[in-house]
Amino acid sequence: MSELDDLYQEVILDHNKSPRNFRAIADADHKAEGYNPLCGDQVTIYLKMENGTIQDISFQGSGCAISKASASLMTAELKGKTAAQAQCLFDSVHQMLTGECDEQKEGQGLGKLTILSGVCKFPARVKCASLAWHTVKSALKGEGAAATTE
Amino acid sequence: MKAAQDTQKPDLCPGLLDVESIRKDFPLLVRRVHGKPLVYFDNGATSQKPHPVIDALNRYYTEENSNIHRGVHYLSELATSLYEEARKKLRRFVNARRLEEIIFVRGTTEAINLVAQSYGRKFLGAGDEIVVSAMEHHSNIVPWQMLCEQVGARLRVIPINHDGELVLDEFRRLLNQRTKFVSITHVSNALGTVVPVKEVVKLAHAGGVPVLLDGAQAVPHLPVDVQEIDCDFYAFSGHKMFGPTGVGVLYGRAELLDKMPPYQGGGDMISLVTFEKTHYNVLPYKFEAGTPNIAGGIGLGAAVDYLAGLDWDQVAAHEKDLLEYATQAITKIDGLRIIGTAKEKAGVISFVLDHVHAHDVGTILDQEGVAVRAGHHCAMPVMQRFGVPATTRASFAFYNTRAEIDVLVGALHRVLKVFG
Repeated sequence: MSELDDLYQEVILDHNKSPRNFRAIADADHKAEGYNPLCGDQVTIYLKMENGTIQDISFQGSGCAISKASASLMTAELKGKTAAQAQCLFDSVHQMLTGECDEQKEGQGLGKLTILSGVCKFPARVKCASLAWHTVKSALKGEGAAATTE
Repeated sequence: MKAAQDTQKPDLCPGLLDVESIRKDFPLLVRRVHGKPLVYFDNGATSQKPHPVIDALNRYYTEENSNIHRGVHYLSELATSLYEEARKKLRRFVNARRLEEIIFVRGTTEAINLVAQSYGRKFLGAGDEIVVSAMEHHSNIVPWQMLCEQVGARLRVIPINHDGELVLDEFRRLLNQRTKFVSITHVSNALGTVVPVKEVVKLAHAGGVPVLLDGAQAVPHLPVDVQEIDCDFYAFSGHKMFGPTGVGVLYGRAELLDKMPPYQGGGDMISLVTFEKTHYNVLPYKFEAGTPNIAGGIGLGAAVDYLAGLDWDQVAAHEKDLLEYATQAITKIDGLRIIGTAKEKAGVISFVLDHVHAHDVGTILDQEGVAVRAGHHCAMPVMQRFGVPATTRASFAFYNTRAEIDVLVGALHRVLKVFG
């Protein structure tokens, strides 16, 4: 497969076309906005927590296929996880996107999220893939300021 | 390009621009990207450099490097005379009346900040109004917002129509007793619109309001004559007109520059310093504190010489052909919409594709060797005006060809295939 095919895999194109959990949560108890000033990608993450566990998670916003698919995959993956598990996944995803590309294929317990590993060959797109993750991190912390990828 | 115009009558039937021979002057154009021949359509961001510019930089650091305006030794005098020679070339390039009206700066952004902070802080106050347009680059918005915060002035915005043209009637309506400054782009970087700047200046001057023009996107495409336009300030960057990065020019009317305080303090901008009082240097040095980008200035002079060697009737005809050819070719693509359809346009095509974000378009085009800009083009209010988050922009220079546009069209079909 070419690098481009690695980037735009079927699963990513599918999540871009029909993003999961693409809605607002009216009674969300955590909410954060993320913004990528480089390209104008914008995302809002909504969280509903119960006993430290993510009971419901959703997102809205506009952006490229990579940022949309990444946010969609993330919401699917984080539902039911604890805040600590979410933080741990954040670190692994971050490592996968920014680390050495050759070390990626070894499973890192990321499951479906490894589909995003093709992004590391496209340094200009890493911020697209990580925006939703930065935003959920800031939502969990309850930080008032908007998350950015800068 | 001025020199060429002064000596030649406009040719009614200009011959074709010899693009193949021009391309040989730009060494970078032959390189490959991702194994494909480079198609460089990101000239609005920065242009490539011809051999004479690269050679001038190389020669300066190899044989001529020294600081200017200070040493009595041979090299210092040589570097000073080369740098001042470049200033003379730039005066001719924009047809300024006087040499001291040409101020070397880092680029358009610094030029606009200079005027906002020097002219603006001295002559504008609470309740005064500054007029910009809805198609400005951030560098012609933010410096004025900063000034507004400092002095309590207010920013007013001339709207644009759906084709991306300035609505002159709205400009007439905005002008009033409180209007103290107008700052507007000559050519829009995001839309390609060529603004009727003579008309804008005439309207502003009727109310005694000075006008700054952001010429960053104009100088690579059009001959500019500041006396004919009659503007008070004209700002442009070297790197978009085939010169080096880190150098640009602020043209200012001497009567205004004389009244303005220095922008930065330091060496070269003074005539006498004591701890009690400092006397500032004369124009243009009053605005040129510190050691400037000497190599850059000399390199920019070389770019001006290069441009003067081209037939600008041929350049204009070639760029018009590229724009028309590209517009026709890409409009045929399913779901593609061009943003910016002004009657008067420079070689810029911004577009959006249904269901495909500009960023994804940019990545796929890049894999085909085609370099474009994807994003908001530092003109977020323009994106908001057209209700799009971002566009893909192909911006042409005189060294581009129809064959390259064919490659772009082929690459766009690959985008559709990926997202089909």
